[in-house]
Amino acid sequence: MADPVLQIRSLDAFYGDFQALFSLDLEVASDGVIAIIGANGAGKSTLMRSISGMLQNRPDSILYQGEPIGGLRADQVAGKGIALVPEGRQLFPSLSVEENLIIGGRMRRPGPWSLAAIYDLFPILQERRHQASTSLSGGQQQMVAIGRALMANPSLLMFDEISLGLAPVIIRQIYEVLPKIIATGMSAIIVEQDISKALEVSSHVYCLQEGRVSLSGQSDTITREQISEAYFGARSDHGLA
Amino acid sequence: MDWLNAIVQGTLLGGLYALFAAGLSIIFGVMRLVNIAHGDLIVLAAYLGLTITMLLGIHPLVALLVLVPVMALIGYGLQRLILNRTLGEDILPPLLVTFGLSVIIQNALLEVYTADPQKLQAGALEIASLNIGGLAIGYLPLLMFVTAVIVIAGLQFIFYRTALGRAFRAVSDNQDIAQLMGLNRRHIFAVAMALSLAVVAIAAIFLGTRTSFDPAVGGGRLIFGFEAVIIGGLGNLWGTLAGGIILGVAQAIGAQLHPGWQILAGHIVFLAILAVRPRGLFPRMDG
Repeated sequence: MADPVLQIRSLDAFYGDFQALFSLDLEVASDGVIAIIGANGAGKSTLMRSISGMLQNRPDSILYQGEPIGGLRADQVAGKGIALVPEGRQLFPSLSVEENLIIGGRMRRPGPWSLAAIYDLFPILQERRHQASTSLSGGQQQMVAIGRALMANPSLLMFDEISLGLAPVIIRQIYEVLPKIIATGMSAIIVEQDISKALEVSSHVYCLQEGRVSLSGQSDTITREQISEAYFGARSDHGLA
Repeated sequence: MDWLNAIVQGTLLGGLYALFAAGLSIIFGVMRLVNIAHGDLIVLAAYLGLTITMLLGIHPLVALLVLVPVMALIGYGLQRLILNRTLGEDILPPLLVTFGLSVIIQNALLEVYTADPQKLQAGALEIASLNIGGLAIGYLPLLMFVTAVIVIAGLQFIFYRTALGRAFRAVSDNQDIAQLMGLNRRHIFAVAMALSLAVVAIAAIFLGTRTSFDPAVGGGRLIFGFEAVIIGGLGNLWGTLAGGIILGVAQAIGAQLHPGWQILAGHIVFLAILAVRPRGLFPRMDG
């Protein structure tokens, strides 16, 4: 296996005095897709915030392409090619659909993604490009959020709870295009409550529980029983690799 | 005819108030910072303008070529070194720090320039006027008004048509997510403050050529600026121009009724509008 694009080594993350992640280890292979699952409050969002730089940590606890980035600010991390589709979409309400996409690409990193490519992927956005981003349906807003992250031409793209609050038909559409997007040459981290979707698109899965990795393994060999144990902590002897 | 004259002169004066207000509006819009020192920064800029005209022996309007970049630099540095440290969840620290800044600027100006009233000398421009149907319209007030319209139009262009404006709006909407786009909010805030003080420089030159000023007049300019912003509606630049004009006309009509009522009339109109339309006349539509 090639060098991993992202390596997390004994990451401890804090909100003030409250510790949210405990000595967490995680790896994303180059061009690999991992899924992160876990109950609410397990630390998934904290992990996203830590990697993206919204929460700063010990510099060498997060290595990106071999370089310590744990202590960088979010704008510096973004400049290195890590993009996030945030939970709840979080589009800029004062910006039109097209402006939301353009601002995602403001760092002008080279790569396959451009306005034209995004409109090709989600044609509805081209029709709506001058509208306020808040006037779109939830599913269309999610397309804008994905497009905005793609415009940065990231090497590592993180999706935080992209199916949350969307209709099943929309979720299915989004998960149909997801593999195509990732196949254009990037690694991805998918945080997901919907376990079957998470396993379907990933090659490796990590389950978090109370700020620790309670289970990790190949997505195609892991069993439902293992997951429900790791998810709810039914037994204390978790942690098979 | 006197009334028509009052309305015309008040409208032109409103341009100056809009210039006071535009700088406040920019930084409130981008970073929700209420800059109590704004009026004193206008007075500081007027004094710097005075020094530049005297040292270089140039016309106040030409001095803008130096004053605008100097004030913009001061704005950038002020934001990076001091004001960025005050921004957070709590809205009190920036209020206290800019209030302190206001006191410091006033006293520093007293120390350096004394309390004597000063004025910028604009020569023949000060008294030249245009006669339109019996109304005498001064070149200077007219220039002031036209400049205000151009400045507001320029800011409108920057905010809604350029990459910098997109960055301003994105940071204003959601600082955390804007950082994910590679925007360093500390830098964006500092650029907004630089833009604000560049407008302050223009306002200061017109203030100084129109009337005399001393280190203590900043507070009054701040109030006029605030009133114009609030009347027009927060976050709406054209509204700010309208607010400035309404304030200017109200003052001119008040002065026409009784010389002592000029300032009072402006405040009364402001309070009346605030009572009827708490969000101003033209609030920004946001979702």
